[in-house]
Amino acid sequence: MKDGPVDALSGGFSAPSTQSAFAFRQILRALSEPGVIVDLEGASPPAPLSAAAGALALTLLDGGTPVHLAGSLDCAALRNWITFHCGAPLCDAGSAAFAFGTWADLAPFDRFAIGLADYPDRSVTLIVEVPQLSATGYRLRGPGIETQRFLSVPDAAPFQANRALFPQGFDAVFTCGNRLAGLPRTTIVEHA
Amino acid sequence: MTDQAYNFAYLDEQTKRMIRRALLKAVAIPGYQVPFASREMPMPYGWGTGGVQVTAACLTPDDVLKVIDQGADDTTNAVSIRKFFQRTAGVEVTQSTALASVIQTRHRIPETALSAGQILVYQVPIPEPLRFLEPRETETRKMHELEEYGLMHVKLYEDIARHGQIATSYAYPVKVEGRYVMDPSPIPKFDNPKLSGSAALQLFGAGREQRIYALPPFTDVVSLDFDDHPFTPTKANHDCDLCGASASYLDEVIIDDQGSRMFVCSDTDFCETRREMGHVGRLGTPSNKGAQA
Amino acid sequence: MYVAVKGGERAIDAAHAWLAEERRGDLSVAEMSIAQIRNQLRLAVNRVMAEGSLFDPDLAALAIKQSRGDLIEAVFLIRAYRTTLPRFGATQPIDTAQMACIRRISATFKDLPGGQILGPTFDYTHRLLDFKLAAEGQLPPQAAPTAPPVRASMPHVTGLLDQDDLIQPEVDAGLAPPDLTRSPMELPAARALRLQALARGDEGFVLSMAYSTQRGYGRTHAFVGELRIGMVRVSMEIPELGFAVEIGEIEVTECETVNQFKGSKTEPPQFTRGYGLTLGQNERKSIAMSLVDRALRWRELGEDWSGAPAQDEEFVLMHADNVQATGFLEHIKLPHYVDFQSELEMVRKLRAEARAYKEAAE
Repeated sequence: MKDGPVDALSGGFSAPSTQSAFAFRQILRALSEPGVIVDLEGASPPAPLSAAAGALALTLLDGGTPVHLAGSLDCAALRNWITFHCGAPLCDAGSAAFAFGTWADLAPFDRFAIGLADYPDRSVTLIVEVPQLSATGYRLRGPGIETQRFLSVPDAAPFQANRALFPQGFDAVFTCGNRLAGLPRTTIVEHA
Repeated sequence: MTDQAYNFAYLDEQTKRMIRRALLKAVAIPGYQVPFASREMPMPYGWGTGGVQVTAACLTPDDVLKVIDQGADDTTNAVSIRKFFQRTAGVEVTQSTALASVIQTRHRIPETALSAGQILVYQVPIPEPLRFLEPRETETRKMHELEEYGLMHVKLYEDIARHGQIATSYAYPVKVEGRYVMDPSPIPKFDNPKLSGSAALQLFGAGREQRIYALPPFTDVVSLDFDDHPFTPTKANHDCDLCGASASYLDEVIIDDQGSRMFVCSDTDFCETRREMGHVGRLGTPSNKGAQA
Repeated sequence: MYVAVKGGERAIDAAHAWLAEERRGDLSVAEMSIAQIRNQLRLAVNRVMAEGSLFDPDLAALAIKQSRGDLIEAVFLIRAYRTTLPRFGATQPIDTAQMACIRRISATFKDLPGGQILGPTFDYTHRLLDFKLAAEGQLPPQAAPTAPPVRASMPHVTGLLDQDDLIQPEVDAGLAPPDLTRSPMELPAARALRLQALARGDEGFVLSMAYSTQRGYGRTHAFVGELRIGMVRVSMEIPELGFAVEIGEIEVTECETVNQFKGSKTEPPQFTRGYGLTLGQNERKSIAMSLVDRALRWRELGEDWSGAPAQDEEFVLMHADNVQATGFLEHIKLPHYVDFQSELEMVRKLRAEARAYKEAAE
């Protein structure tokens, strides 16, 4: 068994129509029930991108979604992979519809699009690659959460600042291996 | 058996990606209408093209689909849409609210409480709650931006001044998470309380008007009202004549030339399930399961 | 005992079978071929192509046959098919100055370079029913005198006015035009988006809007500077080759109106323009489109808003599409008994309260 793809042409979905349908439902669940950790299978993107972030890219990106790769993810192997499989144009942070990176590489977050007052949907979705992801740590409350959930997000302050912008703001998902959790702009993140 | 000439669930992958991205923004901004590039579908605008596109973008081969119109599984447009997805997605279909993973609906929320993991997809004709007060999109967009909902309150209050009560009986406007005023689609106001705090994900698709919006599970949804005129859900003051249910929404049926009436549950699955459990209404006969099919 | 209405599926299947029978009609009458429709009902085919936004005369003819001659239904069939087609890219802009014209007239100049070409028009026919056409299988009509289509470069009338600085110049903003079929309508709309919406808009709607401007609701004093119909070449840049190749020819109708304009707060006195372009021979639509285009330009030309329907961009653009309009109009046939029931309860309640109030007062 090989360790992920050797070139830009491999590592995509073998049955795009159904695999992207399954992947989308997981992502939809993650963003509509913040803090729920879902599995996302089927993609083998080049390192260092996680399988979950790769599956999200295959499911949501195309020629209509400018993509920003931050820090160590901005490498030739990934650029080529995204270009070949998604056809998404690469761009700077400010014009991105989707931005991939580690927490440190994506910061500061105020350089991303938060949408307009009359079109708050025209905002970025951040895909934050994290070394570990578990239902512990900060307390989450808000739409999609009956009482409370917990998630191992790196910090609360950027989300509190983001929440204050509502209905504008960014939406985030956290990816780790083949797992993913969502944190839309509505979620209130606080110390447990 | 799926139709091999078309992609899974009819829509091409690029279209599905566009709709899926809009859906994700919709759940992130509950109650806000996200513009999307609605496609011409092989059924007319106004007949559920928005709901069909949302359902098509959500379906997986593992889903069990239920389609209702006016609460019933056997109305012609519900039959037609269900058949469309059987043909293009090959998904399993059901009439049971409890067994369905995705339910597409027009004008009703099922009586049976929805559970976690279920998705309810609404067909929406006019997504803009302010449209009949202000026809211009350019104006209503500004009103949502500035949370200028005074016009809506004025309209409701005029009702009270003229009729002693709010005279809106369906498509009754709601406020979502204290921010956006939203049209719940033309459901009777009887159904409004089920919008709030539902364990299911609720998605709204308006094809002709090119808008998608959403209520994540456990979202706070309040029907607009006044302290001295609180919102009250209403239904016909009868029990179901077939199953005897006292708290379900009823259709009124004229049964003879003298105008005699009977009242039956609008939710056909709810009514049949109750009758199978042995409940009998005023004009009903004990269920004989098997003869029904 | 009441039994809920069942059998929706059987009813639908039976209705479809009946519809197919009705479409075919009397079996003793020969079936129409696609070629017959394409050749002998060309103007219907053209309308379906224009409003369906797809240049394919055979498919348009098929849609007309399938829809039993209901052209809006045929437009709908074409649109629903079109939206499933993969996209290979965008062609280069067509050059209508290089059109092989079968018709070209100007109402503003008696003669002009390239000449006036009357072409196959109803204009000067006397509208008398030609009963000879009712006798089928007759000899073909007398052959018309022929001349090859004129493909010599035929300058646009507006270009001639341009040279003298008499007409408001048209500046290429260099922006890629938006695509109405791929992104939701956003208002206010740029002119490119307005023209797209009008080009696929319902002929009757655009006609009536244009007519209303002539009757004074947003009057623009239009002359047909030029109307031309003919084939134009379509080319596409092939990235692998690094140059454009011709991929085919399409028939289009182009109308440019020249509009009287006494100047405004921001613009000097000059002629202004309206523009109409449709797939196929569609003169009425193209002329109407150019009048509505001109009326919608009031803001950029510094004119006053007179409140006329044809000046109202949102009103025109949101209601021009007949596939949207017919769907929503006809959806009120669908069951609405849940809503109706809620209204019934409301009306009964209001009446009961009004009666009680009256009785209490008496």
